[in-house]
Amino acid sequence: MPTSTNAPDLLIIGAGVIGLATAWRVARRGLAVTVLDPAPAGGASRVAAGMLTPVSELTYGEEPLLHLGIASRDRYPAFVAELEEVSGRRTGYRRDGILEIAFDSDDLAFLEDLRRFRQSLGVPAEALSGRECRRLEPMLAPSVRGGLLAPEDGSIDPRRLTAALLTAAERTGVRMDRRRAAGLVVERDIAVGVRLDDGTVLRAEKILLAAGAHSGDLDGLPDGAVPQVRPVKGQVIRLRTATPFLGRSTRGVVRGSSIYVVPRDDGEVVVGATQEEMGFDTTVTAGGVWQLLRDARELLPGITELEFAEVSAGLRPGSPDNAPALGPSPLPGLFLAVGHFRNGVLLTPVTADAMTEILVDGTVPEVAVPFAPDRFAEEARA
Amino acid sequence: MAATDPTGDTDPLVIAGETFGSRLIMGTGGAPSMHVLEEALVASGTELTTVAMRRVDPSARGSVLDVLRRRGIRVLPNTAGCFTAGEAVLTAKLAREALGTDWIKLEVIADERTLLPDPVELLDAAEQLVDAGFTVLPYTNDDPVLARRLEQVGCAAVMPLGSPIGSGLGIRNPHNIELIVEQAEVPVILDAGVGTASDAALAMELGCDAVLLATAVTRAQSPVAMATAMRHAVQAGRLARRAGRIPKRRYAQASSPWEGIGTS
Ligand SMILES: Cc1cc2nc3c(=O)[nH]c(=O)nc-3n(C[C@H](O)[C@H](O)[C@H](O)COP(=O)(O)OP(=O)(O)OC[C@H]3O[C@@H](n4cnc5c(N)ncnc54)[C@H](O)[C@@H]3O)c2cc1C
Repeated sequence: MPTSTNAPDLLIIGAGVIGLATAWRVARRGLAVTVLDPAPAGGASRVAAGMLTPVSELTYGEEPLLHLGIASRDRYPAFVAELEEVSGRRTGYRRDGILEIAFDSDDLAFLEDLRRFRQSLGVPAEALSGRECRRLEPMLAPSVRGGLLAPEDGSIDPRRLTAALLTAAERTGVRMDRRRAAGLVVERDIAVGVRLDDGTVLRAEKILLAAGAHSGDLDGLPDGAVPQVRPVKGQVIRLRTATPFLGRSTRGVVRGSSIYVVPRDDGEVVVGATQEEMGFDTTVTAGGVWQLLRDARELLPGITELEFAEVSAGLRPGSPDNAPALGPSPLPGLFLAVGHFRNGVLLTPVTADAMTEILVDGTVPEVAVPFAPDRFAEEARA
Repeated sequence: MAATDPTGDTDPLVIAGETFGSRLIMGTGGAPSMHVLEEALVASGTELTTVAMRRVDPSARGSVLDVLRRRGIRVLPNTAGCFTAGEAVLTAKLAREALGTDWIKLEVIADERTLLPDPVELLDAAEQLVDAGFTVLPYTNDDPVLARRLEQVGCAAVMPLGSPIGSGLGIRNPHNIELIVEQAEVPVILDAGVGTASDAALAMELGCDAVLLATAVTRAQSPVAMATAMRHAVQAGRLARRAGRIPKRRYAQASSPWEGIGTS
């Protein structure tokens, strides 16, 4: 590994799924990489449920994201195989489909609308009757009206994923620096380094910003260098069960409000998630917990028998169009992998691969082209 | 964008002495992304947009409030999610402090299933807020008696529903809306139930002064196109109302006379 000087080739700000995966993939190509983060894997990646579903979460107007999501989902098997081998850790990856359930007839009409929309985009989903849904998942409430099965989708445990990424990155020569980036150092309109809280400056050939919802916080970012990334709070509950409760990840639309329940092989059952525009607040609230349990119990009446293990809140990095910004920023030397919003775990493999090509080879792969950071330039001026 | 009718009169909406060129008031709930929301608000031509105070942090950057500020759209805070007069009054006071406006769209709902207003709590909250100096715009049932009572306690407008929030069922009781319009001395704003452009046009034809809608636009397949449609529908409905429609007839009446003027 060429780690001759103390200035690395690449300095990454943020060790969430995005920063860690990119660090590992770039280091594998032989570059010297340092990752700065006072609390690695402590952001949204620690809270996320880990559903890998480009299809289930698809809505009108998000078609470009669909293709990125499918590309990433389909890279997961190879990505995980290599990661588990290099790190010697398991990630809890599964590809056993995601079931989407309509609770009442209004919800069914909504799902049917979505099914037709998906079909029009060439992403068919299998429509199931309520009875067929319950044959797949007997714990579902008897009254559920019907559903859709996205057989290619799956899930992963994001906490295991980041732990594996951390190990793989370190084994591949990445240096983890547990300090916070306070500001960007810009000289002659080029980003040349990062200033820490104590004033120390770390220089690097290239800097990658991957600080999740905090990506806009850095001092010294020139206007327009980073698109607006806002924190979108999500509360999530973790339950435990000793006996299998649910076969596969299940999303429900319950009287117009959405809920998901993600089972893991180790007995964890994740129930999520609220979506709140509350700035950088990460308090968990009575109302959040109540709403999640209310809807989860409508969908799966037996769920209240499970052990209550944890409630947490995280901040999704929301961009103006819900899609990430991937690639060089307008400021030379500064690169971006920000704004993954609800899909950062899903988009980890494709982001890491695309950013590696951008950072190491200097070319932008086809899949990343629609997500160039400069697409927001017009809005910033408005 | 002051609406001008063909006679050249400007025809602004006036609420509590404030003038608005657009008679379309927007809500923000249900938007797929900030970017789409912003484009839809611009396309709608709205000058007043309501935001749920319990769902935003006024100091957060990148929020819907930033979008409104950037686009010069006045914010109308609302008390969505409140079930009691007490909560609604508290929420209104927090909104006044955070946003520096004493305008409040008052919502006190009875239950989550229907989201219908609770008339008793609503009237109570309206009275308290008017006393506390607020400009109160209450979301109410399409009940002419309740609308009158709300006006009597000093509300600056009344906002009857066409049908339940988010249902898209249109105006279920046009007769009641007409009764409310007939007796009201404050603006009547149709709030909730609009599903498509014809619903908004009908509200204006019935004599409403403005229409408030959110879901019909934010959850449409193309929010921007639907926002444009709504802008035109509100203008068309308003013009039609002012133009004076023809009486309905049982049988046909030829539009070009067989004799008299027009023959050569
Ligand atoms: C409730 C919830 C449920 C979710 N469910 C899913 C899901 O099912 N599927 C899915 O694909 N996605 C899901 N997501 C979204 C996903 O978690 C995010 O998109 C993803 O974590 C973004 O990754 P990131 O690495 O960009 O940011 P983060 O995971 O937030 O990581 C950012 C890192 O940057 C560090 N950092 C911040 N500021 C600085 C600084 N100044 N200097 C150094 N380091 C800094 C932080 O400590 C943190 O470790 C969910 C999110 C939430 C909140």
